Amino acid sequence: MSASNLQQRHRTGRVWLVVFQVALLTGIVALTALLFNILNGSFGYVAIEDTIAPQDLAVNGVPLEEQDKDTLIQVLQAHISAGLFARYEFDKPFAERSAGEVYDLILERVVEPKFVAQWSLYETLTNRDAIRQTAAQDFPNARLEFRSWLNSHFLRAPQSSYPEIAGVRTAVLGSLWTIGIAVLFAFPVGVAAAVYLQEYAPDNLINRIIQTNITNLAGVPSIIYGILGLAIFVRALGHFTSGVAFGASDPTTSNGRTILSAGLTLGMLVLPLIIINAQEAIKAVPSSLRQASFGLGATRWETVWHHVLPNAISGIMTGTILAISRAIGETAPLVVIGASTFIQVDPEGPFSNFTTLPIQIYQWTARPQSVFRNLAGGASLVLLGLLLTLNATAIILRNRYRRSL
Amino acid sequence: MTDIAPAAAATAAIESKDLSIYYGSFQAVRDVNLDIQPNRITAIIGPSGCGKSTVLRAFNRMNELIPNVNTTGEVLFRGQNIYKSDVDPVEVRRHIGMVFQKPNPFPKSVYENVAWGARINGFKGNMDELVHNSLTAAALWDEVKDKLDQSGLSLSGGQQQRLCIARAIAVRPDIILMDEPCSALDPIATLRIEELMRDLATEYTIIIVTHNMQQAARVSDRTAFFSLSDDGKRAGMLMEYGDTKTMFTRPEKKITEDYITGRFG
Repeated sequence: MSASNLQQRHRTGRVWLVVFQVALLTGIVALTALLFNILNGSFGYVAIEDTIAPQDLAVNGVPLEEQDKDTLIQVLQAHISAGLFARYEFDKPFAERSAGEVYDLILERVVEPKFVAQWSLYETLTNRDAIRQTAAQDFPNARLEFRSWLNSHFLRAPQSSYPEIAGVRTAVLGSLWTIGIAVLFAFPVGVAAAVYLQEYAPDNLINRIIQTNITNLAGVPSIIYGILGLAIFVRALGHFTSGVAFGASDPTTSNGRTILSAGLTLGMLVLPLIIINAQEAIKAVPSSLRQASFGLGATRWETVWHHVLPNAISGIMTGTILAISRAIGETAPLVVIGASTFIQVDPEGPFSNFTTLPIQIYQWTARPQSVFRNLAGGASLVLLGLLLTLNATAIILRNRYRRSL
Repeated sequence: MTDIAPAAAATAAIESKDLSIYYGSFQAVRDVNLDIQPNRITAIIGPSGCGKSTVLRAFNRMNELIPNVNTTGEVLFRGQNIYKSDVDPVEVRRHIGMVFQKPNPFPKSVYENVAWGARINGFKGNMDELVHNSLTAAALWDEVKDKLDQSGLSLSGGQQQRLCIARAIAVRPDIILMDEPCSALDPIATLRIEELMRDLATEYTIIIVTHNMQQAARVSDRTAFFSLSDDGKRAGMLMEYGDTKTMFTRPEKKITEDYITGRFG
């Protein structure tokens, strides 16, 4: 029993405390950098040059935004080629378009604003005067505007090769469709498998092998699932996943690279996760409840249905939503399945071609024009928002269904 | 599958013949012959690990829920061996109910706790009446009549255990097995359960496993004393069985006397 020994022990403890704090700090720094990087690209000054200034489009002194529909159509017709006008008429007759829609078309095609330069949020905040000077010097015809790349137009507009009008609607819808199909497939199958493994399966060699395999499957890289999905859903079952078998699509042009194939592939990807999470939730139901139920003369099915599942459901839901959070960010398997990188029409059903948010982000960052990186930043915010919503739902569900056991 | 016959001429409510129970290859209980008399409280006592609970759970085939348990011998209920291959254990448990060591009400309302077992067993009568009668029989009605829709888990430990008893009698069993029902309760709650058991004995046959010899002496009519075999294999065996009074005053065997007087256990 010596005092110096005790001091030495305390010193060791303090050193380790510092190590733990540094580790935590590293994590915080990494997260902050990530958030900064996304926000940095999603907001900031842009210099916009209009091909024709809106004030030059006034007719008889009436400014553009106050003109009626017929005048707007005339303005549009006067400034675009006859061929393009005919195409718009073909897409949707002008008689059916509202004045607002025509106005948007004029902004898009006649005023035709162009982003000539853009600055990051950091530059915008720290270097405002220099930016104003540069903009005035290099782009005398441009106006300088503070822009949020995540805005309501961005959420509502489909994909486009013009950064000024491009949006994420196609990608968001594609993500929701694929995830929806993945859940419809993986949730019932996963929970049923978990119930069997946990409540029915005897503890024998075969079941232990199955259990080990499921645990390992949860760790298989997602690209492998993509290859599996390509072989099974796109190729082997292409007749069904393309919708040809149901008469839903044209056999000469359609293929199996559809939302259905993507959803089923993502479903396979999250299936082991859902099974494992559901098993944990079922395991957490106290066995005393099962005993009480059996002791009253209940069958195993009644015990599972009335006692085990109601008490495990919040855990099962939480696990499922966390599995979905993983699936929604998956890119690799969908690239293999054949997600379209550029698609302008909304998905209409399970047999449509599709793109998803992560693929959209990837595609934008890979473009040479730097302005698309700002769009990618905005799309990343959308994806993060989607993930946070899902996780918040998981927490709310868990708290709502949690019973005082 | 044959239904269990409604009545039988046998004098015993339930009877085991050469009952042995194995956990894997380990023999936990050896050759138990025990005839339980109807409308009596039979206490099973003995030192820890002597297979008391295992024997109790053999009476309604609850041991089958544990993997690797093997049972040999016979358990006769209404003259029929409940271990015969054509007897459904679900049917057995409906007639032979159980109350557990730790109160385990369902995380449902008080009402639903009592009604559930009857409902799944196809009870067609007036459910409100059944719940009322069962809770009254379990001496719980006055305390919970205003909170039938509250969670069974909101009750105190003693109330929870009486709720579990009400739940067990709501399916109208012949026999109620109680596995140390008071070990998680305070002395006052314990006394209430013991009084309740005396009342219930007029209608039901009760078998209770207890660690507490005073409890066995206070509450039971008959006592079965179990202990470990002395051949080094540590199998539980029935050492002595008889009227409680006789057992506690003039035990036949030395080992029974040693246990009852607290010399081991």
